[in-house]
Amino acid sequence: MTRIDSTAQIPGGGPESGLVAHHAYTVGGVHFSYGPLRLQGEPWVLRDVRLEVAQGEILGIVGPNGSGKTSLLKLLAKLAVPQEGEIALFGRPLRSLSHALLAQTVAVVPQDSPQMFPFTVAETVLMGRFPHRRRSGWSLGFGWEDREDCQAASQAMATMDIAHLAGRAVTDLSGGERQRTMIARALAQAPRVLLLDEPTAFLDLQHQLGICATLRRLCDKRGLTVVIVSHDLNLASQYCDRVGMLRAGRMCTIGAPAEVMSVDVLQEVYGCEVLIDAHPQSGLPRITLPRHGMPFRG
Amino acid sequence: MMPAARHPTPSASALTASTLSTGIVPPEPPTIASDRPVQDSILTPSRWWRVMTALSLVACLLGLVCLQVGTQYIGVGRIIGLFSSLLFDRPVDERMVDTTGVILFQVRLPRVVLGFLVGSCLASVGVALQALLRNPLADPYVLGVSSGAALGVAVAVLFGIGSTVLALSILPVCGFVGGLVALAVIYRMAATHEHLPIHSVLLAGVILNAIFSALIMFITSIMEPNRSFGMMAWLMGSLTAPAYPVLAALSGYLLIGLVLLFKQVRVLNILALGEEPAHSLGIDTERVKRFIFLVSALMTGAVVSFSGMIGFIGMIVPHAVRLVLGADHRLLLPASALVGGTFLMVADTAARTLFVPSEVPVGVITALAGGPFFVYLLVWRKDRLA
Repeated sequence: MTRIDSTAQIPGGGPESGLVAHHAYTVGGVHFSYGPLRLQGEPWVLRDVRLEVAQGEILGIVGPNGSGKTSLLKLLAKLAVPQEGEIALFGRPLRSLSHALLAQTVAVVPQDSPQMFPFTVAETVLMGRFPHRRRSGWSLGFGWEDREDCQAASQAMATMDIAHLAGRAVTDLSGGERQRTMIARALAQAPRVLLLDEPTAFLDLQHQLGICATLRRLCDKRGLTVVIVSHDLNLASQYCDRVGMLRAGRMCTIGAPAEVMSVDVLQEVYGCEVLIDAHPQSGLPRITLPRHGMPFRG
Repeated sequence: MMPAARHPTPSASALTASTLSTGIVPPEPPTIASDRPVQDSILTPSRWWRVMTALSLVACLLGLVCLQVGTQYIGVGRIIGLFSSLLFDRPVDERMVDTTGVILFQVRLPRVVLGFLVGSCLASVGVALQALLRNPLADPYVLGVSSGAALGVAVAVLFGIGSTVLALSILPVCGFVGGLVALAVIYRMAATHEHLPIHSVLLAGVILNAIFSALIMFITSIMEPNRSFGMMAWLMGSLTAPAYPVLAALSGYLLIGLVLLFKQVRVLNILALGEEPAHSLGIDTERVKRFIFLVSALMTGAVVSFSGMIGFIGMIVPHAVRLVLGADHRLLLPASALVGGTFLMVADTAARTLFVPSEVPVGVITALAGGPFFVYLLVWRKDRLA
């Protein structure tokens, strides 16, 4: 899947870039708002966000609704450009990378969006191969898939447990099946960095576990870097190496789940009290909602 | 400057050299038995060729039928004879004195060819617009692109450009400009809203249509009566037999447009996924969108300037083809072009033969076929339109 010819396109050989190769992402003091720069007093969607994502780790981003999680993910994917601050991908400023090049390194799984056209699941997954497709003039841009593409797609579909759906139209899938299709498409892209926005939102327990285990395996064995935006605090606690908490566009705290997930922090971020104890297997923080609706404090 | 900078490890620098570019390092060894399921559920070149050959054959056969029927029936043998005499260069006089030959070559053939070209272009533009707006009901007619183009042409005719020798090159350009205005409005809407509901795009089309139609009616009403009658006939959509130079000019516009669209088929596939997924797969969506809008406006402008407003082909045909052949634009676009061309060719033959001696504008036939279909999609297939 790795193409030798494209190695030359991201020169990473310099001594400086070699040293920061630990970091998949370096985000420095990023300010961002949608649309043109807002007038004074208008809130930023993201304010002075700083973080580093190490290569091969799973970073979870959690936070209340509207805290800027998805926006941060969009910035990392260069789907939006911050007004202030720099983002570097493997030591290279994101601004300087073309979208075509970026697509060979970073794959994005967006929040669920309804599909209009009856592409088959296999066709949808194969679209992930687009960034790796050599363009050839004589074929009028038809670019038929080759063996390698089909194998990558089959592998991704087997991993996401959708091989049996290959011929189904994406318009006929359930939310969870569509979600798995989109993740398979991202895996078929053979990325070094995977950005996921609420990947488990529509999934049943079995597939939630399956996806988390798959991501863990790819990170440990293949050096894949994963950034997950999620509402599921327990999932973040059990499967992420580090968790960053966003609140009103600011990164409140970031660190290992055991350090970050405390009653005080969650109360500050979410404005409600939760129960935290240790997971019986992993010993990592386990978050439980209290029995009665808790009164708001703050 | 960064904590990691102090700990350069051998593995880190080894990684830099080999893997900074792409790919998980190295690709996972495949654990799957075969990629048969994938192969079976995607479009393969062999299936492409089979479908396209079949559709081309059907188009040719129906074209032959369309050449036969009319006020005077011409048998297949006669048609083949006339074509071979044309090909093998028999003396010109012999063909010209023959009225059958005149009917075939001066009236029916150009008309059938024009019908095919116009139909295939409208269907292709429909495919492109539907993918771009992610809206299975998009169509140059419904969105007001056709009436924008018609307005451009009407203005040109009002100022007398239509009757000059320049008409051949100017009218399509005027249509292009008019269509572009309509598309610019739609594009503005589509660009400012992330998830544009299907119905609001259609609503914009309705409003554009109303405004442009009012302006066209205004222009028609201040024209001299005999010219305005011609204008009305043209607006309703007609495929009166063009002279060969006109046909050649039109085919020029349309073939260029078709080739430009065909070069974007894979990009259309990805765009149909959604704007952000397309962006994250490495497509410069803004540039591609502008390009496809320009080509669509060019083709619509050229078509409208010759044949008026023939509606709904750009919606019915891609829809039907997608139902049968799947959504992959590599097949959908050329197949829709063939089916659309064949459909309009047949519809036009019906228009000129069903109510002899009078002739129905072909736009009436396509609207009568397409309107109810549109309502059916809008009302009964709501679930599919999200």
